[in-house]
Amino acid sequence: MTINQSGWRPTAPEQGESSGETFTGNRALMLDEPLIFEIGSSETTGVDFDFAPSPLPGEGQSQAQPSAPLPTLSPEGRGLSRLGNLARTAPIGLPGLSEPETVRHYTRLSRQNYAIDLGLFPLGSCTMKHNPRLNERMARLPGFADLHPLTPVDRCQGAFEVIHQLAHWLVTLTGMHSVAMSPKAGAHGELCGVLAIRAALDAKGEQTRKVMLVPESAHGTNPATAAFAGFSVEDIPATAAGRVDLEALKARLGPDVAGVMITNPNTCGLFEPDMREISEAVHAAGGYVYCDGANFNAIVGRVRPGDLGIDAMHINLHKTFSTPHGGGGPGSGPVVFSEALTPYAPLPFVEKQGDQFVLVEEETAGEHHASSFGRMTAFHGQMGMFTRALTYILSHGADGLRQVAEDAVLNANYILRSMEDVLDAPFAGSGPCMHEAIFSDKGLPEGFSTIDVAKGLIDEGFHPMTVYFPLVVHGAMLVEPTETESKATLDQFIGAFRSVATRAKNGAPALKGAPHFAPRRRLDETLAARKPVLAWKGAD
Amino acid sequence: MRYLPLTQPDRDAMLATIGAASIDDLFIDVPEAARLDGPVHGLPLHASEMAVERHLSALARKNLAAGDAPFFLGAGAYRHHVPASVDHIIQRGEFLTAYTPYQPEIAQGTLQVMFEFQSQVARLLGCDVANASMYDGSTACWEAIVMARRVTRRGKAILSGGLHPHYVSVAQTMAKFTGDVLDTRLPTLGADADGDDLIALIDDETSCVVVQYPDILGRIADLSALADACHAKKALLVAVVTEPVALGAIRSPGEMGADIVVGEGQSIGVGLQFGGPYVGLFACSEKLVRQMPGRLCGETVDAEGKRGFVLTLSTREQHIRREKATSNICTSSVLCALAWSVHMTLLGEKGLRQLAAINHAGASAAADRLAAVPGVELVTDRFFNEFTLKLPREARPMVRTLADRGILAGVSLGRLYPGVEALQNGLIVAVTETSTAEDVETLAVALEEALA
Repeated sequence: MTINQSGWRPTAPEQGESSGETFTGNRALMLDEPLIFEIGSSETTGVDFDFAPSPLPGEGQSQAQPSAPLPTLSPEGRGLSRLGNLARTAPIGLPGLSEPETVRHYTRLSRQNYAIDLGLFPLGSCTMKHNPRLNERMARLPGFADLHPLTPVDRCQGAFEVIHQLAHWLVTLTGMHSVAMSPKAGAHGELCGVLAIRAALDAKGEQTRKVMLVPESAHGTNPATAAFAGFSVEDIPATAAGRVDLEALKARLGPDVAGVMITNPNTCGLFEPDMREISEAVHAAGGYVYCDGANFNAIVGRVRPGDLGIDAMHINLHKTFSTPHGGGGPGSGPVVFSEALTPYAPLPFVEKQGDQFVLVEEETAGEHHASSFGRMTAFHGQMGMFTRALTYILSHGADGLRQVAEDAVLNANYILRSMEDVLDAPFAGSGPCMHEAIFSDKGLPEGFSTIDVAKGLIDEGFHPMTVYFPLVVHGAMLVEPTETESKATLDQFIGAFRSVATRAKNGAPALKGAPHFAPRRRLDETLAARKPVLAWKGAD
Repeated sequence: MRYLPLTQPDRDAMLATIGAASIDDLFIDVPEAARLDGPVHGLPLHASEMAVERHLSALARKNLAAGDAPFFLGAGAYRHHVPASVDHIIQRGEFLTAYTPYQPEIAQGTLQVMFEFQSQVARLLGCDVANASMYDGSTACWEAIVMARRVTRRGKAILSGGLHPHYVSVAQTMAKFTGDVLDTRLPTLGADADGDDLIALIDDETSCVVVQYPDILGRIADLSALADACHAKKALLVAVVTEPVALGAIRSPGEMGADIVVGEGQSIGVGLQFGGPYVGLFACSEKLVRQMPGRLCGETVDAEGKRGFVLTLSTREQHIRREKATSNICTSSVLCALAWSVHMTLLGEKGLRQLAAINHAGASAAADRLAAVPGVELVTDRFFNEFTLKLPREARPMVRTLADRGILAGVSLGRLYPGVEALQNGLIVAVTETSTAEDVETLAVALEEALA
């Protein structure tokens, strides 16, 4: 078997010698890797099992001899008759690899990834900070990792205590009244928040409030969430200074408006200075204020959202409290609530009664929880993420978390001021940014755009910033350095960013072909969407 | 504050570059009244690595871990042995600390894993295509109901009594807000999983029938007739799998005609984790793919013609369609999907079948032993690795009594269905390759004593 068995890389040494191509597809230490379906087989396995479980006492001799056959799925096999006519007969088509092959396959794949452990991830709106390994070690303690969610309640008090302690920190840091821990991700938290708003309105007999106002600068999940929860969505424009247009918002408020979903600090990286006025106006009009708390890391320890009149806000634990992003998840999105929305918070939740932690579920919800809008997920939420977040929080303490916000904001402003002479910075004139700085493609010559700057940064060894978001800025480049980057790293990034931006402004043709040094050159996304190939279809 | 690399001289130099006199100048947009002048009151200050480790270890020790007791809990979360390589791989920084693969040229590792995961899941569940994971089984189940509404343009879903009650709860919560009509029922403590009896309920308003396989009581039933009945009325069959290891021993729902198969992937590679993070599986037939929620990875080529992978069909997603998006989901459980995929690759077809066979054989032996305890009755004789016992009295206090003796005996139906009189004596017992014959004997003897 050769690595090229599928024929998708038909290079030959005699063609490759002068072209820079290779027979294997590998480039020195950069190794190409086929799919498991191309290198594995249905007869290969990387696990050994004990032989059939010993018969129970009274059932005769143990058959657990090394030579004993493994249980088979034939209907005659001992104990297998209970599958009846459902016993699987057809092959599944799953490839297996031996253990060394498995480790090598995934290790080789890992090398084709950029990651925060390799360098700066200057992504606006998706905080990518150092992930301490202590968090990982704590989450893997058997008392947390090897614990079943339906363990009798007095046998998992330590786990409930973790949830309770984290909840206490979140409520105290945000200055809010309560917190729902069960939402599984940021967008799930948004859903939790707007369902609480719906439930509160319904409880007041205000079923006619069906409109959710969402500023233009909001994350795309916000309108999707509101629609998913049965609201109709209306945009509120942004001002030229990148903030919510307060007058436009006020003008739209009325008896059909359920509330507003706002992001603060917003996706332009700016604090909404009118936040208290917005809250007061929405409340006066009978609505509620949802805040997308994705950017809480910019203000943690310096501002409590509760003091701004917010009714519900989710917190992406990975962003503010360093649980790893994992290539796109899992997330965790606890939601803090004002007193007004607290009665409607979802089940289940953990409460301390005397010395004991109890799990408040459907059956145990007493009168004061009777108005809960219900259950959002099967169990208690992302326990593994809670342990990591609490570990990070305790490591930093109240003083360290305040420093987190300060350093995050300092680093972002340092980049803003170090770049504004080479790249257009549309809001630089309206004062400091918060945790992220925004630039645009204004001033780039015909034929060059944000994407070329992004791909150029890849060749400089950096993950690109967030591109084309927020939508209110043309050709947006959103940069968030986070607080865990050193000045030396920032200086190196700024040097590279300035160099790439300058080359783009000069129309350097090589930039159009970037990245040149990544494991893959620009990928054809149109082809992928037009002729979707979503699963391996090769011969078994 | 060991995670913050800036020194005070760094900060001073940076403030000078910015042209700010102090850090407070950078927070001028925050209204005066909302600014805190120091660390939030009432919370402790920073602590050393050793101190934090001591604190959390003490909390962990207050719990009775599954590995420290004869353990028989299932009901939607299962304990299987996870090979050491799985955790090693997912702790590699290049996977653990990577971002969502929006820049595919430098995320081929994650993207290829997603593609391989999709392919493995589709094959295991018996469908054409799968997405790259959801939050968990319960939320994937709701997404399937919503998808069935979109596909059929009908709003009434029939939920089997064999569906996990927490999954039913999640669907009921959401349906309150979306206007979906759910026809739900309770399980009966009898030998047969419901399925065929749902057929009579299907009408022209039905978007889908949702069944669990094996069901909450561990029972298994052929879904073919139900699938045919759904299709005859142009409704979809949604099958929910909470124990995917079962599909190494029994036919997949897709093979039996299910249109959408969702599942909880936790039992392969992920671990119990007190309820999360888990990994939702979601698969369907090819013709429904544009209605499927969640992230999808697709194969394509790069500028040099080399095979590569990208996130695709994003026109269904919230960042393009905003309020018209297929769902609001903006993540997937990629790291858990990686763990699932690595474990499945280590197993392969052969290993999965062996694992399933060992589970079934162990459960069968345990069922016989426990049913021999005087007064205890085995509810069903058609199961995979989980079965339900009917005790001569309420199971819930019995579970607590046994827990006090250090035995995690199973999940009582009383905990899952509080207040439902007819179910209070039921005890769900799960047996996997991690349960030993000695554990089963310990449980049987303790049960016998407690019932005497």
